[in-house]
Amino acid sequence: MDYSAVVVMEICYAIAVLILISAGLAVIFGMMRVINLAHGEFLTLGGYAAIMSNQAGLNIYLSILVAAPLAAAIFGFLVERLIVRFLYGRLINTMLATWGLSLAMIGGFSMIFGNTTTGIATPISGFALGNYQVSGYNLFVIAIAVLVIGGVYLILKTTRAGLVARGAMQNPEMAQAFGYNTSRVYMFTFVAGSALAGLAGGVMAPLVGINPAAGAAYIAKAFITVISGGTAVISGTLASAGLFGFVSQTFTFLATPVVGEIALLVAAVILLRLLPTGITGRFLKDKV
Amino acid sequence: MLRETAFSAAIGLAILVVAPLLFDDIYTLTVLTIYGLLALSLGFIWGFGGILCFGQAAFFGLGAYGFAIASINFADPWIAALVSLIIPALFAAVLGAMLFYGRLSDVYLAVVTLVVTLILFKFMNSTAGNAYKIGDARLGGFNGIPGFDTLTLPWDSSEYLINESLYYFCALILLLAFLGLRWLLSAPFGRILVGIRENELRAELVGYDVRLVKTLAFAIGGMLAGMSGMLFANWAEIVTPALFSLSQSAEIIIWVIVGGAGSLLGPIVGAFVLGALKFFLGQQTLVNNLFVLGSILVVTVLFLPRGIVPTLTPFFKRHRRRSRAAGNGKRGRGSRRRARHAR
Repeated sequence: MDYSAVVVMEICYAIAVLILISAGLAVIFGMMRVINLAHGEFLTLGGYAAIMSNQAGLNIYLSILVAAPLAAAIFGFLVERLIVRFLYGRLINTMLATWGLSLAMIGGFSMIFGNTTTGIATPISGFALGNYQVSGYNLFVIAIAVLVIGGVYLILKTTRAGLVARGAMQNPEMAQAFGYNTSRVYMFTFVAGSALAGLAGGVMAPLVGINPAAGAAYIAKAFITVISGGTAVISGTLASAGLFGFVSQTFTFLATPVVGEIALLVAAVILLRLLPTGITGRFLKDKV
Repeated sequence: MLRETAFSAAIGLAILVVAPLLFDDIYTLTVLTIYGLLALSLGFIWGFGGILCFGQAAFFGLGAYGFAIASINFADPWIAALVSLIIPALFAAVLGAMLFYGRLSDVYLAVVTLVVTLILFKFMNSTAGNAYKIGDARLGGFNGIPGFDTLTLPWDSSEYLINESLYYFCALILLLAFLGLRWLLSAPFGRILVGIRENELRAELVGYDVRLVKTLAFAIGGMLAGMSGMLFANWAEIVTPALFSLSQSAEIIIWVIVGGAGSLLGPIVGAFVLGALKFFLGQQTLVNNLFVLGSILVVTVLFLPRGIVPTLTPFFKRHRRRSRAAGNGKRGRGSRRRARHAR
């Protein structure tokens, strides 16, 4: 009984992590058809921001939940204005440019912070569940993931800004004819996606420790989750994160974490072979 | 066509023979030649087939591992070299068949190739211990496989190919691969391939089997990448999982895009220039290597999206045409259009 509760919690945790690390990428890809391959480094940036501001004396929750997304949002603003906005509509070119950005950021981080791993302590202690020790911070991660996905849903579905954003993505000319500045809309969407990436980096920082190349561990998974999900931001991310989180954790329990990771990747290849435009390319088409 | 091919063959041969005299670090020069072949393999399938493979490193790594494992198991390293060509080619054919018969394209194709590379990377990293071995060869996990027999002279198995002889061998293979691809592209197969890149639907309606042609091209690209992996294994004398890494794949793409994907020469030039730059940057500690490479990629995509060689070619062409006092504008425009479509 206790054991199955722990297993269920671990699976929820794996899904939550996938949702968190891919939310920012999903917003940017789903809304603007731009793949930000520097997404992993945006996470790393958020992680560094959280650690630095915490070391400078800021409260840990403020560092994670405010400083990290803020830093990534500011950086995302610069990237959008200087690089990405010239490449809209050219999917492959944006991928290549942001991949270059990702490498440059890894190099930049090693020049600034050195090639070492830094971290902060987990602010929530564990507790016992029957005979098993459970990390309290994992519950925090699950809660944040639920808040993030709920927040994005509410903004897109119920606010005027969300409506304008969805309209501008669906039919840019029409939105422009109504007097909305689509370039501004793209900019805010990209900044919002960057902020989500920074938040995820901040939340993950106490768990994994941050080094210049830490983003590489996330980008592949986030990329796979988002592409397999398809273009619907919320339902796509939820569906593919749920599937992959379940598959990888199940195989991790049955065998080893390495087998779990490989199972995730194999599942992604099979899924894309069967559904070449992602889960929401076939099902749940009209959802957000 | 024949004269042009002979002309470029002669120039290529001259450059590769003269290079060691100008550049006295033969060790580095050898690996630049190997990188050139690797870049050529991606330049072919990307620039002419329109297939952007994010996992060319997978075939590179498979070629290297295939050679190392086969070399330990078989007495003759030349058999190992053959094995190291067949394995990546077959792997690419199977993967390509899966992709193209499943009608995956651009970003989805990129994801699948990337994921396959990651699977190989993760798998190879986790193969430490005696349980993982093929024949007598232990896969060795993170540490890779050291200590396999490298290539020898075919007629004298005590003479290993090292230093100069390895360089000339690599240079010869690069030249042959370049000329072979040139020939292939002027043959019907190459024309169909370019036709598919230009307009897949039209090619299909005309009656060509798009899936088969793309799969074959992908397999050829995989084989060439595997060949460069085999040479790399001979050069480094060790194979490690880093061959399959994401940064290796990134590097290949950077070479090709900086050099120019719309030509065969571009990727080779890109690999030589950026490879040399990498070695140069590795000798100093002021600026980080990745920082420079990444910035170059960003700047290239923004300002020189066609790459160095296709951007410069029209200038040379114009000069040559003027000096001959003949020529028509069609050709220049055609090549420019091709380059643009390669994106």
